[in-house]
Amino acid sequence: MTTQAPTEPRKVVKTRGIEAARARQALWLLLPTLIAIALVAGYPLWRTIFFSVQEANLTSPEQARYVGFQNFWFTTEDGVGIGFLQDPKWWQAVKNTMLFTVVSVFLETVFGMIIALVVNGTFKGRAFLRTAMLVPWAIPTVVSAQMWAYMYNDSFGLIGQGLLGGQALLADPDKAIWALIAVDVWKTTSFMALLILAGLQSLPSDMYEAADMDGASKWTQFWRMTLPLLRPALLVALVFRSLDALRVFDIMYVMLGPVNAASTSMTGYARLTLIDNSLLGVGSAVAVAIFLIIMVIVVIYVTAFRVKFD
Amino acid sequence: MNLKRTSPGLYYLQRTAFYALVIAITFYLLFPFVWAVITSFSKGANLFLPPAQFLVSEKTVENYVQVFGNPAFQRGLLYSVIAAVGAVVISLLFGSFAAYALGRFRFAGKQVILYVILAVSVFPQIAVLGGLFTLIRGAGVFNNPLALIFSYLIFTVPFTVWVLTSFVRDIPGELEEAALVDGASPLQTLFQVLFPVMMPALVTTGLLAFINCWNEYLFALTFMSSNRTVPVVIANYSGASQYDQPWGPIMAASIVVTVPLIILVLVFQRNIVSGLTAGAVKG
Repeated sequence: MTTQAPTEPRKVVKTRGIEAARARQALWLLLPTLIAIALVAGYPLWRTIFFSVQEANLTSPEQARYVGFQNFWFTTEDGVGIGFLQDPKWWQAVKNTMLFTVVSVFLETVFGMIIALVVNGTFKGRAFLRTAMLVPWAIPTVVSAQMWAYMYNDSFGLIGQGLLGGQALLADPDKAIWALIAVDVWKTTSFMALLILAGLQSLPSDMYEAADMDGASKWTQFWRMTLPLLRPALLVALVFRSLDALRVFDIMYVMLGPVNAASTSMTGYARLTLIDNSLLGVGSAVAVAIFLIIMVIVVIYVTAFRVKFD
Repeated sequence: MNLKRTSPGLYYLQRTAFYALVIAITFYLLFPFVWAVITSFSKGANLFLPPAQFLVSEKTVENYVQVFGNPAFQRGLLYSVIAAVGAVVISLLFGSFAAYALGRFRFAGKQVILYVILAVSVFPQIAVLGGLFTLIRGAGVFNNPLALIFSYLIFTVPFTVWVLTSFVRDIPGELEEAALVDGASPLQTLFQVLFPVMMPALVTTGLLAFINCWNEYLFALTFMSSNRTVPVVIANYSGASQYDQPWGPIMAASIVVTVPLIILVLVFQRNIVSGLTAGAVKG
């Protein structure tokens, strides 16, 4: 490659500028990605939106019948509400998912910040802690769900039997959500900590020396310097974590089973309707609702905090 | 100010508190995993012992023997590897083409494409589940690993494009200009000039995408009926009866699928942090 001289002079395209040629080349290079995205995201999303206004069954989707917004809201003549928005289980799933998202993302941010600040200091064993930090993050979600389900077990689990004296934590819907939050916090705090740590390490150290000289306490330095400067990194991490938490599925499904997962996570509710109950129309309507909720939250984040992605 | 000299008492108190925090954090991060490892080496009957006795009870590799002898688990490993490797190879190929175009070329509509790709990466997977299900069944690949390779592209392609684009931008332009002047086509430039330079980025991105595929649950659960991947096998690992959860083998299986990941992550530690921050903090 290095020694070979070009053997033939290249044809120069004179009619169109080099810019136009580059633009055409760029399109060819992008084509596989664009086709893949269209096939795997664009087309299925369009199908989901299409089916959300149809009465359709998963086993025979070709027999779909247009029903307007009845999948969302419809009351029969006998006064029975059959739209999913009339199902209290859906609203319970929404409530639980919101609680899960707000509490777990908040705790992950706080713990992540503490861990990042500790690892950012100098002490013996720093390299070890930095490595240990990666362990929960590397463990598959299903595996961590099973590990915790085992610890929560009421007859021999370390937490269920040992700490709580045989309470079946996961069987009680009011307490189960907190048990699930604990799993998510354990699993993803390290991700938060990694991102915050990367942000911390990009802060200039001479600024802190100057602050030390001026006699600012570590506490003041944290609130007045570290936090404001970390804001951009922190916000992007927050957005990504929140969106992940909103579409949570694995933890609930593995630890609670399909039916209880349906009243604990929006995705669980959608999957139960769509796949287990084969209700393609209603399930798609639920999926559209989740999609809209997530998009609205993205827009709120981006506009309220002026998150920049580039 | 030097606390060590001015007030040694306070200094040592602070140091002790700090190390107590370090130990607490380490314990918090590692304990559940360590406990799973211990359980994986324990006999089923000993699980009922109180923790102290459980710790010193007889250890065995029985659970691992059982797990590796389980045909469902063996198949699970095979299908997980096929699905993850397939999706990662395709995404790296597509992703590097796209990243080269997005990182190096100037053309109209680039910003729009970048935002579309970013939007897809925050997509809730559930929004495409029904559509993908009918598509996969229509194409006759239900219960075939091809279905997973295809569906995993929804998160691996945007991720690889996004991370590789930020790496491509950081490569000095002279390298590629020299190749262009020598008359190399864009593909030649990409494969012979940029790929060698991008190797660390490709390895990191590929590894992170691999981890995501390896962990994927929703699609694997929905698009496969008997050819399950490892996470689905672990979630459904059942004992003789519904009420008899074989925790020993479950933990052994969990350790088996986790240890390779932990080793990979530890080996590529530095790259992973840069990959994650390129993918997440920059956007």
